[in-house]
Formats: sequence, C-alpha cells, structure tokens
Amino acid sequence: MKKVFSKVYLGLIFLFLYAPLIVMVLISFNSGDSTTQIEGFSLKWYREIFRDHGTLQAFRNTLVLSVLAAVLATVIGTLAAVGIHKMRSKRLRSAVMTVTNIPMMNPDIVTGISLMLLFVFAARMLNLETTLSFYTLLIAHITFCLPYVILNVLPKLRQMDKNLPEAAQDLGCTPLQSFFKVELPFIMPSVWTAMIMAFTLSFDDFVISNFTSGSSYETLTIHIYSMIKKSVKPNIYSLSTIVFFAVLVLLIVYNFTDSADDRRERAIERANLRRERRLRKERGELVEE
Amino acid sequence: MEKHKIIELKGICKSYGGEKVLSDISLDIYDNEFVTMLGPSGCGKTTTLRIIAGFEHPDKGSVYFDGKDITALPPYQRHVNTVFQKYALFPHLNVYENIAFGLRVAKRPEEEIREQVKEMLRLVNLSSFEKRHVTTLSGGQQQRVAIARALINKPRVLLLDEPLGALDLKLRKDMQQELKNIRKQTGITFIYVTHDQEEALSLSDRVIVMNAGEIQQVGAPIDIYNEPVNAYVADFIGESNILDGVMLEDYKVRLAGHTFDCVDKGFEANEPVDVVIRPEDVDVVAPEKGMLTGLVTQVTFMGVHYEIIVEIDHFKWMIQTTDYVAPDSRIGIYIEPDAFHVMKKSEYSDLFGDYSSYSFEHELLSENVDEEALEE
Ligand SMILES: Nc1ncnc2c1ncn2[C@@H]1O[C@H](COP(=O)(O)OP(=O)(O)O)[C@@H](O)[C@H]1O
Ligand SMILES: [Mg+2]
Repeated sequence: MKKVFSKVYLGLIFLFLYAPLIVMVLISFNSGDSTTQIEGFSLKWYREIFRDHGTLQAFRNTLVLSVLAAVLATVIGTLAAVGIHKMRSKRLRSAVMTVTNIPMMNPDIVTGISLMLLFVFAARMLNLETTLSFYTLLIAHITFCLPYVILNVLPKLRQMDKNLPEAAQDLGCTPLQSFFKVELPFIMPSVWTAMIMAFTLSFDDFVISNFTSGSSYETLTIHIYSMIKKSVKPNIYSLSTIVFFAVLVLLIVYNFTDSADDRRERAIERANLRRERRLRKERGELVEE
Repeated sequence: MEKHKIIELKGICKSYGGEKVLSDISLDIYDNEFVTMLGPSGCGKTTTLRIIAGFEHPDKGSVYFDGKDITALPPYQRHVNTVFQKYALFPHLNVYENIAFGLRVAKRPEEEIREQVKEMLRLVNLSSFEKRHVTTLSGGQQQRVAIARALINKPRVLLLDEPLGALDLKLRKDMQQELKNIRKQTGITFIYVTHDQEEALSLSDRVIVMNAGEIQQVGAPIDIYNEPVNAYVADFIGESNILDGVMLEDYKVRLAGHTFDCVDKGFEANEPVDVVIRPEDVDVVAPEKGMLTGLVTQVTFMGVHYEIIVEIDHFKWMIQTTDYVAPDSRIGIYIEPDAFHVMKKSEYSDLFGDYSSYSFEHELLSENVDEEALEE
C-alpha cells in the first residue's frame, strides 16, 4: 500500500515537472496556428523564428551579454576566491562569505529592483542621460553570477596542498609567478565549471534583466516575454524549446566538468556556513535576519 | 682546517597566537654535513625548517647564510631548497616537468634543462619515469621526484622534513641508504628532520635533539647516545635505566643503596644527580657475585638478545643479555665504572620512573586523542 502510494506520488511530481515541457515541445512542431489543438507536424514555426530579425538580434544580444558576463564574472570571482582563501582571520572570511551568499539567497526580483534603483541613483549622481543600458545589464549579470563562481572555485583552493605554492616559491617563483604556474593550473577545472555555470545563469535570466536592461538592449528572454504580450502563437513555443535545450546541454556539460569531489566539497562548505551562522546566532552575535 | 659555517640561527623565537613554539634557538650548521633535528612531534622542528627556508618569519632573532643576514629575504631569493613532508609535487605536471620546474623558472636554455633533468633522474633512479604523471607514482617514487626537483637548482643546503615518514619500514631503510649516497655524490649540506631516533643516529654527522621548542643537546650520534646531557635526551635516545643517585665525591656515586665507582667528576659533594645506565651495559652474574641482586619479572626474546626486567629495590631495570635467564629467578648484576652516566638534575628529572624507552606509539595515541578533540 505504502509502495503504491509513493509511486503515485512520484508519478505526480514528474507529471507536474515535465508535462509543461512536453506540451511546449509538442506544440512547437504544430503545423496550425493554435496553441491548444495539434493539427500536424511541421517545422514552420522554427523557420519563422530564424527569419525573424527581432528574434535573431535578441539571440545575438544574449550571446554577447552572456559570454561577456561569464568571462568577467569568472575572472573577478576567481580573484575574489583566491583573496578569501588567503584571509587569515576566520571571522572576516566567514563574514565575507555571508555577504557573498546573500545575492544567491535573494529572490531575483529583489536583486533586480535593488540593482535598478542603484543604477538610477548612480545615474542621477553622475548626471547621465541614459540610466539603463547594455552596461547596467552587464554589471547586473556579473553581480548575480559572482557568488556562484566564488562558491565553485573556493573549495578547489581548499583542496590544494598549502605547500604547493610554497614549493613553487622555494624553486624560485615570485608569489605572482607561483599563482600563474601552480595555483591557477590546479584550480583551472573548477574555473571552467564556474564559467559554464555563469554563462547558463546569465543566458536564461529574465527577471533581473527585465529590470536592468532598459529598452535599448533586448535579450532573448525579454524578447520572448514581449512576444507573449502581442499574441500567443506556436513560434513562442519553438523559441522556448530552443532555449530550453540550449540550457539543458549547458547543464549536462557542467555536470561533466564538475567532479563529484568538488560537489561534495561545496556541500560541506555550505553546511559549514550554516553551522557557523547557527552558532553565532546562539551566541547572540547575530540578530535574526 | 676551520669548517665553513653555512647557516647560523641566532636567538630565534616564534609564537603562534601567544603560544611559544620556539624559544631562543641558536644553531650553527657547517658546509657539507648531514645534520638531523630530532624531537617528538610538535616540538618545533618543522617551524625551524620553515624559518630557514623563509616561509615563516621569526618574532625575534636572525638567520644568517654564508655570514649574511637573510632574515628578511623571501624564499625565492634563498639558496636553500626544501623536500616537503607530503612531497607537494605539482599535480598538473609530469615527472620531467616537475623536476625541470626550478630551471624553467630561472629561464635556462632547453638543452641545459634536458641534460640536468636526465642527470637528476639518474641520481634518484627514475630514468624510465620521465613521462609518467606524478599522481600515478608510488610514495617512494614521489619522494624521489621531490628530492630531484629540490636538488636541480643546486642549492647549498637541502631541507628535508620527515621525508621518509610516509614510507613503510623496508622502503625507508633503502631510501636512507640512497639519501646518504645522494648527499655524498652532491656534497650538499642536508638538514634533516625526523622524530625517529634510530634514523637520526644512523644517518647523521650531527644530531640536534629538541624538545618543546628548545634545543636539548647537539653532538655526534655516538656522543649523544653515550653522554646524554639530561634525563630527557637519555630517555629519547635509545633505552635507558634512569635512577636517582647521589654523587658522594669524585668518581663515587651512590644509588640503589650501593656505592659504585664511576668515571664522572666535578660535582659537589653529596649532590643529587640523575644516573643513566644503558640496558646493554649491565652484565648478568650469579647472585653472590653481583653488585646488586634482584628478581627477574619478565623475559622477552628479541632475536639477537633477551630483554629482561629485573626488580631491584622497587625499581625495574631493563637489561639486555645474550644469555637466557629464567623468569622468577634471582640474579646479580655487575656494572663497569664507565657504564654510569652521571647528569645534573634538570627539569626532566623524576619524569621517568622505572626503565624507560621513548614510545612512539604513545605519542601517536595522544596525537589521535588531540585530533578527535579538535574535530568536536
Ligand atoms: N601555522 C601555525 N599556526 C598555529 N600553530 C602552529 C602553526 N604551525 C605550527 N604550529 C604549532 O607549533 C608547534 C610546533 O609545530 P611544528 O614545528 O610543526 O612541530 P614538529 O614539526 O616538531 O612536529 C605545534 O604545537 C603546532 O601546533
Ligand atoms: Mg613536523
């Protein structure tokens, strides 16, 4: 009895998770105009998408944005992780980690609105004419990718034998040479993983982009949203299907590059953070957030 | 011929978070010698080595190299190289590139690098391994790569931090011989750290016995064994019977209710002292011929000799003898005058009841306890 129940439960979960996706994929191949009745198989909506200049422009925009955001977030995030790793004071380190993690815990809409308000404020201060642009969008994307990069790279640094950079210096490297010749090669696998992660996050973000992009720079997700506002046709479904499979491929690549070891390390890392926060709360140093 | 002083430590002090780890270490190390720092774990051996290498800065005191003060010099400007305890090989490079690392940093021509690496590989017997990835090597092989990597820069001094600690006994013995050979071939000064007294005695020209951040004794292995300066050194090096005694006058020491002739002098009349007698210096004789008599409580066959425990006047003596003695029998013992090592009382006196031998197992046990406590 219990077994049957748990099977039904599992079935329901899968249904709710995947039914919308299946419907989306099916309708994207519909030969008719309807989004409720399937009339036959065709690729016409895909063809239409690839002929639509607006869509193609949005796709190019997204690629440019995501590549730039991923690369910059990875460079900045890796340097930040190295800095955090070198911190001697435990308290300072955990404080920095908590601050880093907040944007990750925040709902996207809060991050989006607060970034937008910041940009508006900054533009006023500097007397700029346009407030929101490609650059604010890029800054926003780097911001929300950063914690993921740091959390990806930091455990790898922890895995590194602390004698490794010392051995390099012992053999004649300056600290900077030691970083490029020994430390960076060691953490490189997790740097690549972090970059793929950042690219994926940036690629499929809608909420934060919507608040920080202004009207001049349209990303794919924003484009899809604006299409819905006009008329709901299967071309939206086929575009969404393409985005969905792109993200799926990225996630699979991510999982291949991300070793089980690193995942475990990250889990430990998060558990430590939680425990530390709990302890501090118990000692009354931290008021409930 | 005056020996050339290559490294000199003067009054080195170091604390971590208020905890004193090294207090006033002063030390001279000469060209072309094999020096071993010996002491239990946690006594500050690694810290001393790291100060010489430049990874740590002393709170007080100076390090001299060839007569020049190098205390403020970073590691990459010092002519010393280190073999780390856990090897610290570069995991993204193969054997060849690991060994070549120092020369590549120094931007030497490719030809010279190839020649030198080949020579190093020969020196450590790894010639066929140059393409291998370091993570696929055994512990002993990794150790050799670490040694070759450190030697290729032709340092004046090589620092080795318990390099054989992770190897099993057989391999350790082989590597000890190889290290000796390598040192002879290269003529480089070795500063070697270990907590294994046997290793220290068999490898080195000089031994530095440390405890709790202080140097206890410096000397040739044989002098340290035969003339320990205090009860701590006597206990740590080899096995020993350490007894309370009184120096009646020159050449006369009284212990265990009996007065013995000895070869020591220069103490005050009736000065209380520690007396060390090595187990192999005690002869077993018939009870009526013995200077002291006692009851045999335990007999262990050790291969070459028997180790017997004899209770004399409530003190258990350890004696090594090649003749069999029955348990529970009464025996006499005879000790030559030069077998008594009389030492002034020190802070370590009275720590060692009965015979004592430094037990590495004990140390391991207490370390484990510490680690468990830390994990909590
Ligand atoms: N970086 C450090 N921070 C705090 N304490 C340290 C540090 N390095 C060593 N210690 C402490 O200094 C003492 C001596 O350590 P060490 O030199 O490694 O001893 P040994 O090599 O003889 O085992 C130990 O009690 C150790 O805990
Ligand atoms: Mg050590």
